[in-house]
Amino acid sequence: MGVVRYRAAAPDTMRLEPLDTMTAIYHRASGRTHLVASPVPEILTALEQGDATVQQLLDRLAAQYDLADGEAGALTARLAELEEAGLVERA
Amino acid sequence: MRHVFAVRIGPVGFRVGSDWRAPVAALEHLYRDYPKPDDDIPDFSVRLFAARFWRRFVRPSVMIGGDYYLPDAAPLPLRLGLLAAEMGMNLQMALAQRRYLLLHASAVERDGRALVMTGMSGAGKSTLAALLMTRGWRLMGDEFALVDPATGLVHGFPRLISLKNQAIGVMEAACPDGRFGPLQPDTPKGDIRHLVPHARAIQAMRDPAKPALILFPGFGHAADERPVLPGEAFVRLTQASTNFVAMGETGFDVLTSLVKNTPARAIDYPDTETALAMVERLWSEIV
Repeated sequence: MGVVRYRAAAPDTMRLEPLDTMTAIYHRASGRTHLVASPVPEILTALEQGDATVQQLLDRLAAQYDLADGEAGALTARLAELEEAGLVERA
Repeated sequence: MRHVFAVRIGPVGFRVGSDWRAPVAALEHLYRDYPKPDDDIPDFSVRLFAARFWRRFVRPSVMIGGDYYLPDAAPLPLRLGLLAAEMGMNLQMALAQRRYLLLHASAVERDGRALVMTGMSGAGKSTLAALLMTRGWRLMGDEFALVDPATGLVHGFPRLISLKNQAIGVMEAACPDGRFGPLQPDTPKGDIRHLVPHARAIQAMRDPAKPALILFPGFGHAADERPVLPGEAFVRLTQASTNFVAMGETGFDVLTSLVKNTPARAIDYPDTETALAMVERLWSEIV
């Protein structure tokens, strides 16, 4: 089994509305609303550049944000939540 | 049905049919200054009916039905027929309103701008709105505020004000000339007495207002105030809306726009006088 690659749900299937430190996401496919905090909007934005492995996604995020060591585990956990919500899928 | 009553409250028309005369007579009396539904076509129908034919006469108990109903709802005794009618109308709004985003909130208006108050049952939103009505504000509604997705404006729903327990005495003192319905003791929510909104509230009930301030009142604590950021306001208002999910993306649009464009505050208050002073101060500072 190869390395897992992730892709964001198609842009026209979700709406992101930044509110303050929270962002509201409307997922058209499920009709569900999610209220998320950083780093979820950043992850979704970074995936707009194309499908990515966890390491590639970390590299993209590190180019824009200060990341601490051990972020890979946290990122994998967030991706699993986003996959569960239908906002991210495996490429 | 044997007895029929029709009324328009804000933009919404209702038809209430009843097996008994008494609830319809009470509605006709208390809603006598209200208009009929547009073109005599109601948006929603409510039925008050006997569970069994003989229960019209023997220990009569009122079942609440209509276009939409709760299958497990327990009947009410006939002495609470007016309450049953009001519950039936509220139920249609809560279950079936799609034209507007429905917020379980009270609202008052001044200078074309709306103050929207929402919170847990018992937080005092209804009493505060009724008291503000006696102090120069236009009552838009004590139970539901309707947000129009097309304009973002708040539409009123000034049904009879439903006063519960201590609020009954408070409003009898604040509104000595008010038109009150009969005291309905020992309801599932305690004592209830209805108050007819001021004539101005009824005459202007079709006039929407721009939302200017959202308040989350909490009764029973020392006076305190804090800003509520849009994210928290969004969560609280989704919980206060009965049709946010059913409205789909339209509901999402109207609610995100509302919280981004309207300042919000949470206030704690130990008594209503303190709350009214806080409302007036916040209004003058923010609006």
